[in-house]
Amino acid sequence: MSAGIDLQNVCCDFGNFRAVDNANISIKPGEFFSFLGPSGCGKTTILRMISGFIEPTAGSIKIGGKDMKGQRPNQRPTALIFQNLALFPLMSIWENISFGLEVRGVDKATRRAKAEALLEMVDLPGAADKMVSQLSGGQKQRVAIARALAVEPAVMLLDEPLSALDLKLRQHMRAELRAIQKRTGVTFIYITHDQGEALAMSDRVGVMSQGRIQQVANPRDIYNNPVNGFVASFVGENNIFAGSVNTAAEGMAGFDTALGPFRARLGELAKGGNLKLYVRPEHTILSETAAAENSVPVTVSEVSFEGAFIAVHGKTASGQTIVAELRNDGSATVPEIGTARFAHFNAAHAAILPDSTVGA
Amino acid sequence: MSNMIRRYGAALTLLICLLTAFWLLMLVIMPNITLLESSFRPYLPVTEIGGPKDVYTAANYMKVFNGDVEVSPLGFTFHLPVHVLTFSLTIFYSVVVTLICFLLAYPLAYFMAKILNPRSLPTMFLLLFVPLWVSEVLRAFAWWIILALKGPLSWALVNLHIIDKEVRWITGYNGVMIGLVYTYVLFMIFPVFNAISSLDSNQIEAAEDLGAPWWRIHWRIVLPHAKPGIASGAVMVFMLSAGSLLVPSILGSTTSQWFTQTVQQWMLDALDWNTAAAYAFLLLIMCTLFVSVVMKIFRVKLSDIAN
Repeated sequence: MSAGIDLQNVCCDFGNFRAVDNANISIKPGEFFSFLGPSGCGKTTILRMISGFIEPTAGSIKIGGKDMKGQRPNQRPTALIFQNLALFPLMSIWENISFGLEVRGVDKATRRAKAEALLEMVDLPGAADKMVSQLSGGQKQRVAIARALAVEPAVMLLDEPLSALDLKLRQHMRAELRAIQKRTGVTFIYITHDQGEALAMSDRVGVMSQGRIQQVANPRDIYNNPVNGFVASFVGENNIFAGSVNTAAEGMAGFDTALGPFRARLGELAKGGNLKLYVRPEHTILSETAAAENSVPVTVSEVSFEGAFIAVHGKTASGQTIVAELRNDGSATVPEIGTARFAHFNAAHAAILPDSTVGA
Repeated sequence: MSNMIRRYGAALTLLICLLTAFWLLMLVIMPNITLLESSFRPYLPVTEIGGPKDVYTAANYMKVFNGDVEVSPLGFTFHLPVHVLTFSLTIFYSVVVTLICFLLAYPLAYFMAKILNPRSLPTMFLLLFVPLWVSEVLRAFAWWIILALKGPLSWALVNLHIIDKEVRWITGYNGVMIGLVYTYVLFMIFPVFNAISSLDSNQIEAAEDLGAPWWRIHWRIVLPHAKPGIASGAVMVFMLSAGSLLVPSILGSTTSQWFTQTVQQWMLDALDWNTAAAYAFLLLIMCTLFVSVVMKIFRVKLSDIAN
């Protein structure tokens, strides 16, 4: 029923522009996999290659172990949900949902029954005879999902389908999508530029930049152990210090910067020059006295209240801003602007990473 | 209106309005009313105009039922008034012209709207419009030359050994059909092109992704979306074809007769302008009726076409 997908050395060129560069990835059957990256990073191109609208310039794509070369989109066991959903406005809801079955020559009564069952499943009963224009954004979303599920695809491909919804609905639909995926067991491949979406829903995330897959890992590792500066910066916030490694041992390294010596974990790919030290604002602590290591004197320059947390900006003597986030749980004392503090962090929470693993 | 006065001044606004009114009243409405009025009066010598015989009557309209001829289409033989026959053939061949125009225009319009690189569109438009720079009379004569018995088409086909000897292309309604399709196909291409252009390409891709073969994509997605454009193109091509006089006159054969030619014969040969006027209105009314019925059958509303 659900199938795995193998991309081997997949490249895609548009003229002189290489949209996807040597993508190697193996997605397991029944997995919820997200491609995360900024616009223009090649994630939509990968999706369109899997669905068959674009042929790769080089490399092979296998779905369920079968090579898809030369197979048109209507011959592949995939169903794509478009960014703008692309529902058929001249058909009623049930006709939309059963279009894939109509194509397969299923009789009308069966189609109607299947459409009703799917509407039930996406929590939209009784909408069968409505027209697309009568539905709200979230309802259209559900119809698009039902229409894709109707053809019982082995792989569902979703191209930023939630981007048009407002925040609350988006969060609701996230949980819904995840639940539908669990219930049907279909492999989901999800494209997004929203790190929150990717981290919250996926079994694994592939972070992409400039046509290359930078890192593939589960959401926790993507956030906690990014392999390079791009992944660290694209997924979450950082305080970044430029410098160079002086001594390294057992995965930890001393790091000389303009603000003094630091100590942090040495990333696996951190070799050669162009290294930087990354530490998350939530791992940065402000205190009145200096800490034993990784401690920088700062002057509080700005306090911004974000709701769940409070971001305190400190300026070092050289003018660099260091951000520390305090949880808004009542225990935090927020320093006044202008007061002197020491920003410090645990060496285990900071990582020395290269700018980007490959190319770029 | 006050906006117009503010922008152009009172004098200029008045002039514009007067000119528009003059054009509408004197050049459109008045001639038609005059024609309509004279269509209900008998054709009389000058001395009797305004006399006791000059009364309103529908006799001119009834002349269409005079003069039976025997016709036997598909083996059925029956009698039909000659002008009714001409009228029926005009409608029938206009429908055929409309269908041929659609069959030619739809693939081209789809190609231009969805497949062709948008940067090549201006060149494509230019190629389509170039023939319009030549007058309709010259274009019809050009086809008359091309299709002549010893003309270029026969010559080329004979020399390419596709046919053995020259073919008389202009027989029956052939020439008229070729001429009409050539002249009016653009009126089909552009509305259909506009309609298909406005279709979201994702819908075509979505249908293909759901497994639809190309013909079903067209049948279920593209054609229904393009229906208003097709309808407006079809109405235009049909009306222009049925009302064309020039093409049937130049490219007609000895066995083709167009209803507009009958109107012309009443007017210029018989000098009976009253009957000519009655026939002209018959053509207008019957064509409008026919179009309305067809639109009803295909469930197209007038407002759809206007968009």
